[in-house]
Amino acid sequence: MKYVDEFRDGELARGIGKAIRREANPARDYAFMEFCGGHTHAISRYGVIDLLPQNVRMIHGPGCPVCVLPVGRIDMAIGLAMKQSVTICTYGDCLRVPASDGLSLLKARARLDKSRADIRMVYSAADALALAQREPQREVVFLAIGFETTTPPTALVLKQAQALGLKNFSVLCNHVLTPAAIVAILEHPEGNGVQLDGFVGPAHVSTVIGSRPYDFVAAQYKKPVVIAGFEPLDVMQSILMLVRQVNDGRFEIENEFTRAVTRDGNRKAQALVAEVFGLRDSYEWRGLGSLPQSALQIRPEFAAWDAEAKFGLSYAPVADHKACECGTILRGEKRPADCKLFGTVCTPETPMGSCMVSSEGACAAHYNYGRFRDVAVVAA
Amino acid sequence: MKANYTRPLDLKSGRVDMNHGAGGRATAQLVSELFARAFDNPWLAQGDDGAVLPAPAPGERLVMAADGHVVSPLFFPGGDIGSLAVHGTVNDLAVMGARPLYLSASFILEEGYPLAELKRIVDSMAAASRAVGVPVVTGDTKVVEQGKGDGVFIATTGVGALPAGRAPGGARARPGDVVLVSGSMGDHGMAILAVRESLAFDSEIRSDSAPLACLVESLFGAVPAEAVRVLRDPTRGGLATTLNEIARQSGAGMLIEEAAIPVHPQVEAACELLGLDPLYLANEGKLIVVCDPEHAGAALAALRAHPLGAGAARIGTVTADEHHFVQLRTALGGMRMLDWLSGEPLPRIC
Ligand code: SF4
Repeated sequence: MKYVDEFRDGELARGIGKAIRREANPARDYAFMEFCGGHTHAISRYGVIDLLPQNVRMIHGPGCPVCVLPVGRIDMAIGLAMKQSVTICTYGDCLRVPASDGLSLLKARARLDKSRADIRMVYSAADALALAQREPQREVVFLAIGFETTTPPTALVLKQAQALGLKNFSVLCNHVLTPAAIVAILEHPEGNGVQLDGFVGPAHVSTVIGSRPYDFVAAQYKKPVVIAGFEPLDVMQSILMLVRQVNDGRFEIENEFTRAVTRDGNRKAQALVAEVFGLRDSYEWRGLGSLPQSALQIRPEFAAWDAEAKFGLSYAPVADHKACECGTILRGEKRPADCKLFGTVCTPETPMGSCMVSSEGACAAHYNYGRFRDVAVVAA
Repeated sequence: MKANYTRPLDLKSGRVDMNHGAGGRATAQLVSELFARAFDNPWLAQGDDGAVLPAPAPGERLVMAADGHVVSPLFFPGGDIGSLAVHGTVNDLAVMGARPLYLSASFILEEGYPLAELKRIVDSMAAASRAVGVPVVTGDTKVVEQGKGDGVFIATTGVGALPAGRAPGGARARPGDVVLVSGSMGDHGMAILAVRESLAFDSEIRSDSAPLACLVESLFGAVPAEAVRVLRDPTRGGLATTLNEIARQSGAGMLIEEAAIPVHPQVEAACELLGLDPLYLANEGKLIVVCDPEHAGAALAALRAHPLGAGAARIGTVTADEHHFVQLRTALGGMRMLDWLSGEPLPRIC
């Protein structure tokens, strides 16, 4: 508990806020992208914006695994449950992501004959594996999503399933890679001139992969990255560090989150992941399109537990809702309130795009925490 | 008098079967040997289809509230579905300003449910009803086939008497009013989540399930009835959702100070671990009071003087806001909305 309080101290926060205001050059603007949804969430939830000067702007990045999951991938899972009578297990937020035909996993669930198929929320990959062991007559598919943080646990259950010779369990793998998404942001051809001055780098992801994989952002693209924890003070401190780098004309990979992140990350976890997964040639991201070598696939040695191989699935891209601006928002080109559907057609209860689903999505974060800023509110 | 059956109910190893809900002898046996014995009061003992109750005192009005209980798991640290079914309905009446008088209870049992566990639930329910002095005067039992229920569902209805002059209501908050809570937020929700997901925490988090009638009476004893504008128990959806309901009903807004909201350190830590917000977790023994500013000090003192309100705090004020936004000044000093709960509270993925 003590641990948490230290990183939410109002005094300290105001101190860092003052330092940012003092050091930010009033003659210029600063635009930083917080890559992770966790940071987006922290910034909105703690009202960090109010402690920053006007000329320091934070831009939401694509680092929410739910937001970047394309419609076609959810359709695949729904198809498995509806047509092949499997039980899909996945993390809670995935259940609400809009899919084709006005469906989502949650809505599909209401239509299932529960004696044959089901869709269930789990807290971990291990829960899905345990269900398969407990109910051998049930065909269980774990819909795995997430960046590098959630990959080792998925690798672990695949190894366990293999060791147990478990016949009724498989994984529908949608694990994606952070560095590939950063490249896509930096190189996106349609980018209408979002001049990014640097990145607040992923926290939990970097506990696994370390800070080394971001070296190219500084070396090739000459942008600073500061890896930061998810507590609001972490985020503020990293913003201060970015302002300083910009002021000094430096572009380095700095680490604010030294209490958890090292340069090389967790080697054991990396080895585990390498044993079970290889790179996909290409994977479609919502908002970023198909990116080469940007996602993981299960190695052939584990084909018996790879749902795509086991059920002969192939991916078919599905277009997003025409008016949905998720893509431009995920690339930092527009803000949530710029979308015509925001807050009218598209709300957390009736999400049209995935950014409105998870509280780490840019649209949901703005809707839940920040939309009072869009209107003038009379104070008491 | 010898009962017209020979073998008593096997409360050790017996199970609920379809006969127990068929309305015949087995139902009668379940009612008399389990329910009537546990709840033990003259209305129930009569065995009629309903209970004949005295009218309230002149000037008082009747208040009625219904509540369905489908909690899983049925037993949790700090309570069980039985006591919860009593507290839930008693609290619904209490926050209307009423003195709870009588309860009804409908049991929907799943075929195969162990009678021994049912007895534990009924005994706990009886103890809770006795503790708060509100008897269960009528009831019903149905049995559904295995797989069609979750062990035990309990629906309760409560009747209470509203003394003259009292009329707390969600629409009565006015700009300038003070918002109080009677104690820490999120204990019940986290206790349930912890057992349901078998999360092992260093120390046990207990549900705050408790009857609020007595706390409410001491509040009305301390301040004039008109000063108490709104009373609510922040159950599902937690503090955040309840404040939004009040703001919408009243056509006002709110400004809440995050640093002032009491949250148990263990609940806070568990929330942190799971990526949840304690302000959206359910409470079953906490009160929100919106009070006129002049009497807010006395109201807070009255809450604090009662064991169930020892942790009471003043957390914010009602504002004039046509958008009915509930705004939160965060512990960090920034502002954000404290919005309605959307969907279920979910832990973070990455
Ligand atoms: S408001 Fe909805 S539709 Fe518009 S960009 Fe956000 S998620 Fe997509």
